[in-house]
Order: sequence, then structure tokens, then C-alpha cells
Amino acid sequence: MRWVNRRPRRGTSILLGAIPIALLILLYLIMAASRHQANPNDKILPLPGGMADAMSALLFQPDQLTGQFIFLADTMASLGRLGIGLGISTASALLVGLLLGVLPPVRATFSPLVTGIAVIPPIALLPILFIAFGLGETAKVALIVIGIAPFMIRDIAAHIAALPREQIVKALTLGASSWQVMLRVALPQAMPRLIQSVRLSLGPAWVFLISAEAIASDIGLGYRIFLVRRYLSMDVILPYVAWIALLAIIMDLALVRCSRRIFPWAHGAQH
Amino acid sequence: MSNLLSLQNIWVEYGDKVVLERVNLDIATGSFVSIVGPSGAGKSTLLRVILGQEAPTRGQIWLDGAPLPPECGPDRGVVFQRYSVFPHLTVLGNMLFGLECAQSPFLSRLLGAHRRTAIAEAEAMLDAVGLGDSRDIYPAQMSGGMQQRLAIAQALIKRPRILLLDEPFGALDPGIRADMHGLITRLWRDYALTIIMVTHDIKEAFSLGTRVLTIDKRRRDPHAPHRYGATAVYDLELSRKIQPVADGDKSITVDVSGNN
Repeated sequence: MRWVNRRPRRGTSILLGAIPIALLILLYLIMAASRHQANPNDKILPLPGGMADAMSALLFQPDQLTGQFIFLADTMASLGRLGIGLGISTASALLVGLLLGVLPPVRATFSPLVTGIAVIPPIALLPILFIAFGLGETAKVALIVIGIAPFMIRDIAAHIAALPREQIVKALTLGASSWQVMLRVALPQAMPRLIQSVRLSLGPAWVFLISAEAIASDIGLGYRIFLVRRYLSMDVILPYVAWIALLAIIMDLALVRCSRRIFPWAHGAQH
Repeated sequence: MSNLLSLQNIWVEYGDKVVLERVNLDIATGSFVSIVGPSGAGKSTLLRVILGQEAPTRGQIWLDGAPLPPECGPDRGVVFQRYSVFPHLTVLGNMLFGLECAQSPFLSRLLGAHRRTAIAEAEAMLDAVGLGDSRDIYPAQMSGGMQQRLAIAQALIKRPRILLLDEPFGALDPGIRADMHGLITRLWRDYALTIIMVTHDIKEAFSLGTRVLTIDKRRRDPHAPHRYGATAVYDLELSRKIQPVADGDKSITVDVSGNN
């Protein structure tokens, strides 16, 4: 059988997917073990035991200064910023994208501005954000919003503008006003795309979050990674990175399931 | 019969390209006009002009003695070859859309007794097109023929003055197309509709229509093919069909409920 026709079964495909990950972990363990054989105090490739020791201090011992559990506090702070940033971006993408997509005069007026903002590298704006909003939470959230909102707005606007013209005409012949076309035709069909757009934006959102936290912060996952880098604490950095990856995967899966459940019509014929 | 729709000296030009020139047409109430013509001749452009999706460069259109605004409205229903139904609404949702738009301008949702009345009306119309049993499925779960039935029912629920069909059966299998011919003939008779249908199937044009228009260029300049536009070169009144005979329900499939 040719390879294009080989479709692994569900169990097989889970197994196949696990193999490269397991190999990578094995390779790491072998390399870590060999380095530790040469130098038991090696910090570059910590063994799982070392990571567990380092993380247990952050997980279970309250910080002497603040009385908080550091890992939990970092996670909550980062997720809070990410959540607010994503929330503002999603809401503005829906609102502005809808207006840009449905109403040609609005598109003519604002589309150059949105395009202009979208092509500026957001990190280049970070100094301006720090000057304008100070070093607090606002600047970090603003960086996420500026980083991903223009992309999402353009994506939604393009998706709505690409709806078949026949559908809009049909709605108009059924007596719909501009408002009703927006509310009943464009908005529902933009929603699955919006979820898709949030999924694609999760990666950049994390990048901007970690960048902002690395530069000016006193709490957060990104802050912690860049703080312990000074001590070559790979035993903290690696679990943190793995944790960030896990959070990102959970969010992505949650969004997919959410979209399939709420918008069955957008996911093929088999509801 | 009185004239429902009147086109006077319609021209459509895109820059230098003349698509339609000097189209003069009077369409009588209750007629079934088929428009045929070669590909790219301007059949669909003419339909879009009547629909209001496109404004003519010159000329005027009158509907019921009033000038027609260059915008689509509920007085003209339409069924396209594709994309005529809303994929995100169920069959019933598609049917209610038109009623909700009219009765609830802001939320476009109906509640309570209004909703029940609207659902009853929608279901009656669905029964008329043979979709009575499929009210809760989405268009993606339906065959092409069923989607076109829904599109027709959805347009008819607004009681349009004119129903415009743009190659409505072009993408269907021959058997289903014959069923749809029966359906549209029956609806045309039962609801006293005025229908304008663009088609590339000449047999269909003659078997359904009471009048067949051929849209083509009268003149051609081989060095400037876009210099001259198309107009109605043949206008055939099929007078024997004005009192339609009851042959509408001939179906070549065994599906008696006709819901394919």
C-alpha cells in the first residue's frame, strides 16, 4: 500500500505520536547522565531528581518575603495577564473585524490604519508602552493586545468579507438591514473563525507575555525564567518551560472542543 | 395582463466594456420568463440589475409603476445556483430569518406567540416544498436538491412580487432536476408567482417558461469584442402555456414525498 493511503488507527497514532517525544526525553536523560558522571554538580543538564528538588521549593514552600507559593503566584500572574490580553484582543477583533468586514465605508476608513499597526513589530513599541503606561500590568497587557489584536482583526474582517456575496444578497432580499446582516449572518459565521484566530494567536501572545515579563516585572512565569537564568538554574527553567507548553496545549485543546461543541455546523457534515 | 416589471433602455457598462445595451422589457404579472443565452452574454448581469444587486449605467427600472431603488429588497426574492441558504442556521432557522428580520428590527428574534405563528407559517411552507421532515438539520447535511428546495421556500415565505432564479437547477442531477421542475411549476401556479429564471438549459427554458428571452449581442466588432453589449435578441411568447396544464408532478424517481 502506498504511504499516502496508510491511515494509522487511533491507538496506533497515539503510540506513533509518543515515540519521538519519548526518544527526545531518553536522549536528554542519557546526555544528562553522562554529564553528571563527569561532573556531579553539573547545572546545564539537570537530572529529573534535581528538577524535582528545585521545583518542590517553588511549589510547596511559601516565599519568605511575600508568603506566596512562588510557582502558583507566577502561574496566576501570567495567566491573568494573558487572559486579559486575549480577552481584550478577542473582543476588539470581533467588534472591529465585523464592522470592517460588513460595512465597506468603515473598511475604507479604517483598514489602512489597522494594516499600518499590524506591520509594526510589537516589541518595537514596548518602550513606548512602558513610557506611556509605566512598568505595571497595563503595559504588559497592552503589548499582548497590540501584538495580536491587529492580526485577529484583519483575519476576521477578511473572513467576513469573503463570505459568498450570494448570502448577503439573500439576506437583503429577505428584508435584512445592515444591522441584521451583521448580527444574524456575519457574526455567527465569524465565531468559529474567531476561535481559530485565538488558537493561532496563542503562540504570539505567549511570546509577548514572556518578553514583557522578562524586561520589567516582579512576578510571572517569564520573569522567573529570566531571573534564575542568572544562576544557570536549568533545573527551574526546564520545568517552567514544560509547564508553559502544557498550559498552551490545554488552552488549544479547550478552544477546539469548545468550537466543535458550540458551532457544529462549522465542522463538516457529521454533527 | 398588466406589466409588473418594466425595463427601459437599460445599459450596463464596466469601463469600456459594454455588457448590456438598450434592454427594453416588459414583464407581465404571473409570467414565467426564462432567459437563455451564451455564456458571458450578460444573462446574470441582467438578473443582478433586476435584483438590485447592481445599478444600471443608464436606464430605468419600474416595479409596479414605481422606480426601483438600486438595492436588494424583500419585494424581489432570489435563488442562486449555490450559497443561497445560511450554513449556520437549521432549516427552520433559515425559514424564520425573513420573518424575524421584518418583525424584530433590533434583536431579530421572535418570542412567544409571534414565534409560534412564524414557525407555523415556516412549517407550512416547508411542507409545500417537501421539506416538512427536515426542520432541525443544517444545510451541510442536505443534498443539493434539498438545499435548493429550502432556498426556494425561504424566498417564498416573504411573498416577493418577483422570484428571480439564477441557474437554480444547474448543479443538480437530471432526476432531481426533473423533480424540481415539477416543484417550481406547482409553486408558480399555486402561489400565482412571477418568475424570472436564468438558465443555460434551453430545454428547461422552454418546458418551464411562458416566455423565453434570448440575450445575445446584436452586433459584433471582431477587433473590439467588448464594444457592443447584449440585448434581448429573441423574445418568444409561449401562449399555450399561459394557462398551465396540470403536468407538474411528473417525477422520474420513486420518492413520492419528493424530499430529495
